[in-house]
Amino acid sequence: MTSVPADERLAGAGVLRRLLVRPELGSVVGALAVFAFFSSRSAVFRSADGVANWLDPASTLGIMAVAIALLMIGGEFDLSAGVLTGTTGLVMVTLATRFGWNVWLAMLAGLVPALAIGFLNGLLVVRTRLPSFIVTLGTFLMLQGLNLGLTKAITGTVQVSGLRRAEGYEGARAVLAGSVTAGGVDFRVAIFWWLAVTALATWVLMRTRAGNWIFAIGGDERAARAVGVPAARVKIGLFMTTATAAWLVGSITALRFGSVQAGTGIGQEFIYIIAAVIGGCLLTGGYGSAVGASIGALIFGMADKGIVFAGWDADWFKFFLGAMLLLATLANSLVRRYAEEARR
Amino acid sequence: MTRVTRLITAAVLGALVLGGCSGENGGGQASASASSTGGQAGTGGGTYAVITHGAPGDPFWDVVKNGAEAAGKRYGAAVTYQGDGDPAKQAQLIDQAVSQKADGLVVSMANPDALRESVTKAVAAKIPVITINSGGDSSKEFGAITHVGQSEEVAGRGAGEKLKAEGVTKLLCVIHEAGNVGLDQRCNGATATLGGTVERLQVDVSNLADATSKIKARLQADTSVNGVLTLNPAIAVAAREAIADGRSKAKLATFDLSADVVDSIQTGQILFAVDQQQYLQGWLPITFLYLYKNNLNTVGGGLPVNTGPGFVTKDNAAQVAELALEGTR
Repeated sequence: MTSVPADERLAGAGVLRRLLVRPELGSVVGALAVFAFFSSRSAVFRSADGVANWLDPASTLGIMAVAIALLMIGGEFDLSAGVLTGTTGLVMVTLATRFGWNVWLAMLAGLVPALAIGFLNGLLVVRTRLPSFIVTLGTFLMLQGLNLGLTKAITGTVQVSGLRRAEGYEGARAVLAGSVTAGGVDFRVAIFWWLAVTALATWVLMRTRAGNWIFAIGGDERAARAVGVPAARVKIGLFMTTATAAWLVGSITALRFGSVQAGTGIGQEFIYIIAAVIGGCLLTGGYGSAVGASIGALIFGMADKGIVFAGWDADWFKFFLGAMLLLATLANSLVRRYAEEARR
Repeated sequence: MTRVTRLITAAVLGALVLGGCSGENGGGQASASASSTGGQAGTGGGTYAVITHGAPGDPFWDVVKNGAEAAGKRYGAAVTYQGDGDPAKQAQLIDQAVSQKADGLVVSMANPDALRESVTKAVAAKIPVITINSGGDSSKEFGAITHVGQSEEVAGRGAGEKLKAEGVTKLLCVIHEAGNVGLDQRCNGATATLGGTVERLQVDVSNLADATSKIKARLQADTSVNGVLTLNPAIAVAAREAIADGRSKAKLATFDLSADVVDSIQTGQILFAVDQQQYLQGWLPITFLYLYKNNLNTVGGGLPVNTGPGFVTKDNAAQVAELALEGTR
């Protein structure tokens, strides 16, 4: 008689526990806290218009953060991803405006250098066994110089523009960088791309063999190799995935603004990593989730725009941003640690 | 360890919740702080958003900010100031001001193409826009009331002429923001009137130590360079250090002012400064928007309003020095 209710209590704790050990739960709590905080500070922030506003930066950041999260779960970094968004955009706009290519074709052509750079990054990391931090720092700086050097050599200025007049622009823009009106508010199409990328990455991680391999090589590469995981191929594939995401984001940005500056994307690489870490990825690899990284991007977007909506002095912007991110990440890691205690 | 962890959890979550609650109570207070300096003046004069491409902490843009905020205070208007060098971020800030239904927008367009959509959207939403500083060529096309600034090309020509008169034959033009077309135009203007050779050097305005060493390296590598033209007061100071460190004989001139630059003009380390009087680029657009809101005036008649160029030389540096200390020059 007395043992039955005890069982029920245990079962209830089980559900809660299962929920808590998900890597993204901590970031969900953080996101809710950030949302509640800024909603109380600004009515516009929680209005549909405001939501569309902060989903906008979160969407492109989210696409990159998800790809970077996969890479980080696999135990590597990519510092060249930010500048690569500039490179792919520059290739696309240059081909379309200076050589008269159709925008769709120019966009596809941008994928070629992106994949090549991703492949090169991966190959260098796998072959030389150097830390990916150093290898991709090298490609980051090289690309930065290449972007500026080539842009100036070809156009004579530091930006390429005029994409609006290129053939096929309107169509490509509608698909990648347009907006959808819902309830009188314009939502960026990039938001849907972000959701699709997150769903795809989650499916790969949770339901496919490749996903298992990624977790395995990030957790313990030697053990993974020993049980037959093709670690080199998986890693190169991950770098190429990141590069593909950079291509997507680069194309979206170029199509949206019709021009690309040679300095585009510099400094963004750390934001991607930050978003992935807020979302529960470990810097050491082997743990994390795509949904978490997406929520990390959401937190970043909300904090980024929320500070402006709240009307705080711009001089203090970076301080508030840093403090918000630290608090969100703290909440995240503490929830997770609590969850792990509960599991024991 | 675990107890400590739990305590911190509670503290952090508590802090977040409390922050949210106090926001609810102090709603009025929060909106008042949005006015930066407008403060108790309320919003009788309207709310205006100033969105520039200047990185926070740039001394030039700080003067623009001071001008806009001082005008806001004078007219009892709420003025918010945001700056971001990334055109994508700048576009988002404009979108934000539109959703907040500002009474007017002041935008500097270093990359007009990238801001086209956001600015025209603001105009379509019946928010009056005034462009400042850069992007004057696109201002009218986008539907702005007027542009307040100086023609970069003309200012560059003026600097080139003056440097030529000082005997400069080989000039180093230091560009501090990759992607700002206006800076390119200044160098082009100087090239047109100098008659000698003009070389360009790319530095990063947010890393002055690196800028100093780059300029120094270039001066040491090519001793025939006898003139340096910087396009930003912080970079001017960096170049002054580079010239002194490298014992170069190069003559230095700069665009725009700071207290440091004026001091150096007085001591003769900098020949002259091309002054676009950027305080006006903060003050005037707020004035124009205020007049538009209350009296439907449009200033400029479709032409840009020029705030420069003026030249600060050894002769007038002393008076300007006092004003620069107050952050208005």
